Amino acid sequence: MKYVDEYRDGKVARQIAAAIAQAADPSRSYHFMEFCGGHTHAISRYGLEDLLPSNVRMVHGPGCPVCVLPVGRIDMAIRLAQRPEVTLCTYGDLMRVPGSHGTSLLRAKAAGADIRMVYSTLDAVAIAEAEPTREVVFFAIGFETTTPPTALAIKLAAAKRLSNFSVFCNHVLTPPAIRGILEHPDLAGQPGPRLDGFIGPAHVSAVIGADAFAEFARDFAKPVVVAGFEPLDVMQSILMLVQQVNDGRHVVENQYIRAVTPEGNRIAQAEVAAIFELRDSFEWRGFGRVPASGLQLREAYAAFDAERRFAMAEISAADNPACDCGAILRGIKRPTDCKLFGTLCTPETPMGSCMVSSEGACAAHWTYGRFRDHARRAVA
Amino acid sequence: MSDRIKRRKLDLAHGRVDLSHGAGGRAMAHLIGEIFHAAFDNPMLRAGNDQAAFEVAAGRMVMTTDGYVVSPLFFPGGDIGSLAVHGTINDVAMAGARPLYLSAGFIIEEGFAFADLKRIADSMAAASRAAGVPIVTGDTKVVERGKADGVFITTTGVGIAPRDLVLSAEQARPGDKVLLSGFIGDHGVAVMSQRQNLAFETSIQSDSAALHELVAAMVSAAPQGLRVMRDPTRGGLAATLNELAQQSAVGFRLDEDAVPVRPEVAAACELLGLDPLYVANEGKLVAVAAPEAADTLLAAMRAHPLGRDAAIIGEVIEDDHHFVQMTTAFGGGRIVDWLAGEQLPRIC
Repeated sequence: MKYVDEYRDGKVARQIAAAIAQAADPSRSYHFMEFCGGHTHAISRYGLEDLLPSNVRMVHGPGCPVCVLPVGRIDMAIRLAQRPEVTLCTYGDLMRVPGSHGTSLLRAKAAGADIRMVYSTLDAVAIAEAEPTREVVFFAIGFETTTPPTALAIKLAAAKRLSNFSVFCNHVLTPPAIRGILEHPDLAGQPGPRLDGFIGPAHVSAVIGADAFAEFARDFAKPVVVAGFEPLDVMQSILMLVQQVNDGRHVVENQYIRAVTPEGNRIAQAEVAAIFELRDSFEWRGFGRVPASGLQLREAYAAFDAERRFAMAEISAADNPACDCGAILRGIKRPTDCKLFGTLCTPETPMGSCMVSSEGACAAHWTYGRFRDHARRAVA
Repeated sequence: MSDRIKRRKLDLAHGRVDLSHGAGGRAMAHLIGEIFHAAFDNPMLRAGNDQAAFEVAAGRMVMTTDGYVVSPLFFPGGDIGSLAVHGTINDVAMAGARPLYLSAGFIIEEGFAFADLKRIADSMAAASRAAGVPIVTGDTKVVERGKADGVFITTTGVGIAPRDLVLSAEQARPGDKVLLSGFIGDHGVAVMSQRQNLAFETSIQSDSAALHELVAAMVSAAPQGLRVMRDPTRGGLAATLNELAQQSAVGFRLDEDAVPVRPEVAAACELLGLDPLYVANEGKLVAVAAPEAADTLLAAMRAHPLGRDAAIIGEVIEDDHHFVQMTTAFGGGRIVDWLAGEQLPRIC
């Protein structure tokens, strides 16, 4: 596979691993948060943890859009889908996310709701066009990466004068979440995680640019390396972070130069800005409400806003109180620190947000890495 | 079939199945006669009984049944008909058996085109003839529009295994080798490429194939060394090995570099956010074999066209947790876990 295999070369990975081991000062430890679930997935999927020296530890962050969607918003989507006139279109990985009382879109679909899995926002527009008697709603979630396609769908629906298409908007922004972790690292009396730097998101940065993370390097003295999702990207970025820490530097570096520029994709940014505006605050699963962290449709596009069109009532539902997702999403706890992990909470029966999507920290550890827990216990 | 019935031909080019074709009357006799009997023709079927009677040789009788509900019905490299024949032959063959006969049950949706039904029946007939395993009895039902996705097929297969050959899922032992007959994921990617909302261009064809001759070659090469065979269909290689790990109360350790995946399949999976280890196959087998027999079996597999790309992909290990572990191409470790629900493309 051209342009992919080059970034999955095991020999090169071992060379970078050796360079990290050589660069890492044995008298200190390094804690780096990968914000993005895509990086968490790559680290687990390729077993990168085994290639790092013991004093370099990766801390999983909150960057999985499925994981941070609160239960209440899922409940709202289910309630919407249960309306007889509505066809709810959604990305596949939202189907199994638990709402309140064990519900999910998958179960609502089985019970008769018209819920259709789509692979693109434009598929939802096409359904609206083909079925004019149905109220077609696209259940939009995701960070800055998935917002431009939603904007495009709204623009297209407006151009086609579709009166039966709308968007249930749940788009959220990356920088406010990182700021939230750095400004309020503690949670319910638990001390915050030690963080020596961040691996910056890949696809998000392609849209908003590497410079979007400069504030963290500047204001909090944390090095940031924007990295691609391939395993060699991650390994190289860890080496770059170790070097910054060793040198006492804290700047934004861009490892993912093949896709990311300092300023990002200006056209995509303009499209998003034309259609969306900031919400005052938005609830994140495990985080609570985060100021200026979510988007909603501008007044000019109110006709395409499902929340207004269907007068959707805001639902707030609490996570399971025994669930440690909040602490895990902030890097305070590891998945295995949660007493629900692997007992009540597994990918088949996810209780908390981190187990929901394959990119969540708990799901990644359960799916790819839990053999290490047994090995550690056996050694102990 | 009477002359009177013969005179009232089905309009195979433009006609459609309606509820009368499942009502047990003359219309049903036309449908069965002109499409199924014409395609599957053999003496046992021609006898027109509600069952087939046949002699069996000495040995252990093997029987399986499987339902086929694939969408779309036609895909690169096959269709639901050939799939129903191959899949059932393979399930019989995985016991080390020689498949003898098949039955086929059809549930057809009202409105289904005769032309498509004939195409499916012809494809089944071609697959069963090529495999030398005739379809000797069957059943036809028609359901109202909206109650089936075009056509569903259920096939049952019977075969005979040598009396002293017992392949079974609980027989994998630590130290045994895991053999795979070729590239994984071809069928799943070929089918996905044709789905309406996912259409993408690929040169990949389904690997749908009858594996009984390959199995016969393996049984002939090292009958005592074979512990268990299974065709990794839905759920892919990952599901099959997890099942075997549980049933044999062992673990597996795979070598990622040794698992054959075509670049096109890897690329399609990359695009969709899927893992080829979980993608369906229809013409591959996994065998667990005693270590001393592994090389002999590998050579026998590679000598057969359907095992040309066979490889030893790992080994059985002791593991109380029955994990399927894999050494990644990077030298790190990971689990190849059970799939949680359906494998769904990820959001970003």
